[in-house]
Amino acid sequence: MFVDFLYELRDEGVPVGTQEWLLLLSALEKGLHGSSLQRFYHLARCVLVKSETYYDAFDRAFLKVFEGVEGSLDIEEELLEWLKDPKNFRELTDEERARLERLSGDELMRKFLETLAEQDDRHDGGGRWVGTGGRSPYGHGGEHPTGIRVGGRARNRSAMKVAEERRFEDYRTDATLDIRQTRVALRRLRQLTRTGPQSELDLDETIDETCRNAGEIELVFRAERRNDLRLLLLMDVGGTMAPHFEPVSRLLSALHEERGLREFQAYYFHNCIYEELGRSARLLRREMIPTGDLLRKLDSRWKVMIVGDAAMHPGELLEANGNIDPRRASPTRGIDWLQRIRDRFERVVWLNPEPPEAWKRTPTVQLVERIFPMYHLSVDGIGEAVSALIGARVAH
Amino acid sequence: MSQDAAAPNSDAFFHFSGTRGYIASPALVDAVNCAIALERPLLIKGEPGTGKTLLAQHVAEGLGLAIERWHIKSTSKAQEGLYVYDTVQRLNDARFGEGDVSNIRAYIRMGPMGRAFQSEQRQVLLIDEIDKADLEFPNDLLRELDEMRFTVSETSDEVVAKHRPVVIVTSNNEKELPDAFLRRCVFHFIEFPDRELMKRILAVHHPHLKAQLLDQVLIKFYWLREQNELRKKPSTSELIDWIAALQRSGTSADDIELHIPFLGALLKNEKDTEALESYHDRGGRPPTKWKELGPKYDN
Repeated sequence: MFVDFLYELRDEGVPVGTQEWLLLLSALEKGLHGSSLQRFYHLARCVLVKSETYYDAFDRAFLKVFEGVEGSLDIEEELLEWLKDPKNFRELTDEERARLERLSGDELMRKFLETLAEQDDRHDGGGRWVGTGGRSPYGHGGEHPTGIRVGGRARNRSAMKVAEERRFEDYRTDATLDIRQTRVALRRLRQLTRTGPQSELDLDETIDETCRNAGEIELVFRAERRNDLRLLLLMDVGGTMAPHFEPVSRLLSALHEERGLREFQAYYFHNCIYEELGRSARLLRREMIPTGDLLRKLDSRWKVMIVGDAAMHPGELLEANGNIDPRRASPTRGIDWLQRIRDRFERVVWLNPEPPEAWKRTPTVQLVERIFPMYHLSVDGIGEAVSALIGARVAH
Repeated sequence: MSQDAAAPNSDAFFHFSGTRGYIASPALVDAVNCAIALERPLLIKGEPGTGKTLLAQHVAEGLGLAIERWHIKSTSKAQEGLYVYDTVQRLNDARFGEGDVSNIRAYIRMGPMGRAFQSEQRQVLLIDEIDKADLEFPNDLLRELDEMRFTVSETSDEVVAKHRPVVIVTSNNEKELPDAFLRRCVFHFIEFPDRELMKRILAVHHPHLKAQLLDQVLIKFYWLREQNELRKKPSTSELIDWIAALQRSGTSADDIELHIPFLGALLKNEKDTEALESYHDRGGRPPTKWKELGPKYDN
């Protein structure tokens, strides 16, 4: 059961590595859980989970594995037995442990768990610790992180209760959240370089120069480190984008607040990019600028973020005069414009507010995905997109 | 504490169970003790104002240890926490013939971490707001935190921790912390206190608060926190200040039933204050009963 827990955690996407698992084992070995399921829950969580965004996944895994525990006494005892018996962990010699630490990856984890499982079997029925202190490991019960009284019922209930409530659902990052999280995801849009006026004392150089100058102090200044990142945002507005107003506006306000950017420009389009882009979301005639001008004006170091669902009639993307607005029809196909954008800039990403499962169902999304790396417009997706914009280059 | 005597806990003397001035949830207490027993840094995250920094102070108090604080700034370097070689002072002394310039050691100043290592007694080391520094900052400390030793390269002196300090690291989530660093930490996220825990926290700060007033205060407070339009939700520290203001002005429970006085103590953003005022102007009124706040609070 204990081992199932690990598998379940990994299935739920909690990144638990060998190191964390060994740490939990040594915590149990030290008896820190005090044979209480609630404290085991606290302990496992603080050792295995390294971000509140995984608390919810942890709760789900905990529920799945230990759910039977509150109802059925047998399983409860089995688990507590397992937890109580440090023998289960002591079997591991220091050497074995060191070996485990050196290795890593899933293969190792599997082997390690097999060993553990065997040990568990061997000790089955040993009942070494049974009988000592009776069955009341929950002496200090009563209190509970949420302040719910546990009362006199099944006393190990509270840990389950906590897991059951899933109070951390709001912290999940794959579900998209508030502006602050978006801001954190964007925070990595920072590339510090030394540009501008030389206003900072360069101590190392000063010392070097002073030495060369026979001790006469010679001050050397250098430019401060500043963000050198320029971002171009192109957004699909209207039509099928209307239901996605919230995540999009959150991204936009977070970007506007991101003062670290050296330059930031945003333009709008409807469904697909053609000859002209709008300066405002209303796409008024007098506010349009030629896409070609923009491509000439901005150099290839600009990072480009395109936001849109890429859902349209295939003709809008693949045919000449494809613009859904007949007054703006032009001979160049939408897909050619997209390719020009890709060729002009070093890094371009596409953020899609539709959930990734839905992308396969829309033919135009698949076509666009072939041109740009596409990410979901969620906190996680934005984080990945930002990595793709500034991180090491990956083949697409 | 319910730990049985059989538990092989070498750190029995270092067991934290909260202090009178700090109410910690059982999960937090478990995390603190886990970090102490496993000799790992404790990483604390949570909303601003939930007492992350205070925790370190009270852990020190609870364990009877001295505390060394290292407040991180965006320009902080890992090196500064260990020691600083004051080259400019030495250069200056050389120039004007002051001090013993030949003794490099006189110009090596220990940082907070170095001091905690050198201390004759075990100490609590607080690394506050680690996320403010450069992305690589935590990685630069890995070896020192693991092995509890470092070398002063200018003198080749090795500084080895006499007693492993209890390391508490706080983060406001401004930046993602590197995985290698996270793997070594015990992690706890301080949740925003619920009603009951909040009452206990307030009882520490305002022991003579009348129950009726307290109830109204909390209804208004949690109601404000439920308003998603607010840019900056009020936190515990603001609540404590607000109650101080209410008490000093002699406000009674009836006075705050229908409007919220001293709003400035709770809302720190002008736009938020305006939003609430326009809510009042439109004829809105804050709730006076818990059940108006929805099922989550109705118990």
